[in-house]
Amino acid sequence: MRGGGDMLDVEDLTVRQGDFAMTAQFSVAQGARVAVIGPSGAGKSTLLGAIGGYVPATGRVRVAGRDVTDAAPDQRGIAMLFQDGNLFPHLTLEQNVGLGLRPTLRLRAQERERARDALKQVGLGGYADRRPGDISGGQQSRAALARILLQDRPLLLLDEPFAALGPALRAEMLDLTSTVARDMGATVLMITHAPEDAERAADQVLFVDQGRVDAPRPVAEIMANPPEALRAYLGR
Amino acid sequence: MARRAGAISGPVAAGAVFGLILAALGAVAVRADWPVTFGAADWSVLRFTLWQATLSALFSVGLAIPVARALARRRFVGRGALVTLLGAPFILPVIVAVLGLLAVFGRAGWASQGLGLLGLPPLSIYGLTGVVLAHVFFNMPLATRLILQGWQTIPAEQFRLTAQLGLPPQTVFRTLEWPLLCRVVPGAFALVFVICLTSFAVALTLGGGPRATTIELAIYQAFRFDFDLGRAAVLSLVQLAVAGGAALLAVWILPPVLASVGRDRPVQRWDAGGVLARGLDTGWITLAALFLIMPLAAVAGSGLIGLGQMPGVVWHAAWTSLWVAVLSTGLLVALALPVAAWVAQSTWRGAEAMTLLGLAASPLMIGTGWFILIYPFAAPVDFALPVTALVNAMMALPFAVRILRPAIQQVLADHGRLGLGLGLHGWALWRIVLLPRIRPQLGFAAGLAAALSVGDLGVLTLFADAETATLPLQMYRLMGSYRTDAAAGAALLLLVLAFGLFWICDAWGRRHAGR
Repeated sequence: MRGGGDMLDVEDLTVRQGDFAMTAQFSVAQGARVAVIGPSGAGKSTLLGAIGGYVPATGRVRVAGRDVTDAAPDQRGIAMLFQDGNLFPHLTLEQNVGLGLRPTLRLRAQERERARDALKQVGLGGYADRRPGDISGGQQSRAALARILLQDRPLLLLDEPFAALGPALRAEMLDLTSTVARDMGATVLMITHAPEDAERAADQVLFVDQGRVDAPRPVAEIMANPPEALRAYLGR
Repeated sequence: MARRAGAISGPVAAGAVFGLILAALGAVAVRADWPVTFGAADWSVLRFTLWQATLSALFSVGLAIPVARALARRRFVGRGALVTLLGAPFILPVIVAVLGLLAVFGRAGWASQGLGLLGLPPLSIYGLTGVVLAHVFFNMPLATRLILQGWQTIPAEQFRLTAQLGLPPQTVFRTLEWPLLCRVVPGAFALVFVICLTSFAVALTLGGGPRATTIELAIYQAFRFDFDLGRAAVLSLVQLAVAGGAALLAVWILPPVLASVGRDRPVQRWDAGGVLARGLDTGWITLAALFLIMPLAAVAGSGLIGLGQMPGVVWHAAWTSLWVAVLSTGLLVALALPVAAWVAQSTWRGAEAMTLLGLAASPLMIGTGWFILIYPFAAPVDFALPVTALVNAMMALPFAVRILRPAIQQVLADHGRLGLGLGLHGWALWRIVLLPRIRPQLGFAAGLAAALSVGDLGVLTLFADAETATLPLQMYRLMGSYRTDAAAGAALLLLVLAFGLFWICDAWGRRHAGR
């Protein structure tokens, strides 16, 4: 990892899906927290999916200086949370979190201990043997974050994992995410619909509109003086 | 992209099945007398096969429509049990059902006795009537369930809307139910037709003679009575052409086989309140229930009496059947999982068509082929049981794949990304994600395979000598030597084995389900 350098380099990244096309070229500095905002259908999820290796794309993606364009999703140094389906419903929380350590799930005693510690860290101590169906939506988000902690990847992509939560709970989860990312020293890209989320949990904003991706800019600057398309989206 | 589940093992398993069928076909083709001659007797066999399958499909589906309609719009105590019972004939050993049907509709059966009281002659169900009757017994319930599933895809809101608009029953039928029937009925008809084309055990027990012989039965007779491998080979080729052609046509209209059992509920209807509609529905449901329950009750009743009179060989045969079924189920699971995973992710339509070949390829053709292959090197009777287990697994494969494929597709849609992101592939993906999630469907498919295998009276009849017998074959021999009580006891034992194996597998699948 290059200290102070770019954590993510996206070069001519292009996705074509039928009529829709998206192109992106930008860099994100290490340790940055970037909010990705833009109207529905602008290509936010597609962008993160392409960076994560879930959506076929052309161009180059580098994570911490390493070219991961052709790597499988788990070989990119990236951890990602989706809108839903972040936990396996038939596994206990300990097993779900343990998958972040070992994709075979054959955990040693010491690894199980680490999984339990991670659950404690997100406020789910004592929930290790529960299953996702037995706990609330907010607690499920916490459990997913506990796994992210153990996955220990330098880059974290969030595709609105907290969208289904109420405003207060969402703010709480964003704070917890920031804490987790800071503890890991991870760089964060998160999609959000709410400008207040961007102001709360991000330093920079990446605006996506009609398949076009602007370079990230500081939150305060862009909110004070939004470009035309962003102003239309925010309704200001 | 990461390796997909079944990307390699799927084609390998499907290829192995394909290869086994092809090898049998090749052996048969080489052994056939070229140029192939097709005599008058063969034509009459072909005509009878097509005719009985057409009649069976017509009656099965024709009767299934009013029964499904009645079940879809009526609520009554025991409705759930009746819907579950509709699934029973599918796993009921053919020879057991035949015994039950004879007890009800045979010359000395309940129906004939009733007719006798009225001074009418007794029924005779040997020949075309009996073959079609037995096929309807097996397939009317299957068609009813397929059509009932279709009926339940009509959203309840649409019936609410028609009630609000005050549409008369005829209009409701025309706007909602007729389009549905047009969608579902051809598939159900095609499925029943294909199943009846390759019917063997029914024709063996109720048909026979120059006027009621199916191709499958003719293969058996050529093989068993005349040991005329050339003629058996020719008939096998005809069978493959007829059933294969029908199956290929049916691929495009076959309905998916759903694994849900009795988890449905009737929709509130406002257009069916009339006295006439009520009476008709009640009549249909009662008739269907009696038609299903009476033969089963007859088997249970006479079986209890016969249990004590079974010779020891019956228990030995039951033990043989049990381990053949277990072996066959294991083989089926090993084949069906990779094939279903492969088909679930393949964009190639041929992948699924390949598995349907098992539906078209006749067990007796495969048996004949493998007999020819083994014969020069070893005594085929030594391989009778393993070959039976393998052929049974191959016959259950199309059903298993149709049950598993949608489940695997759903799991991959729900959890595929997460698995990919966590680096789960190969065996870990199966163990941690796929198997736990598809457990209900896997249990259901394994149960079907076990029940079908334990009740199968097919390929073994070619190979077996006097010492080798599965329970269905032993039962057939008892019937043939007029030891009716002992046969009834064996039938009850077989019934318990088939339903018991199915229940064990299905219950295993449903344990912990719904998480």
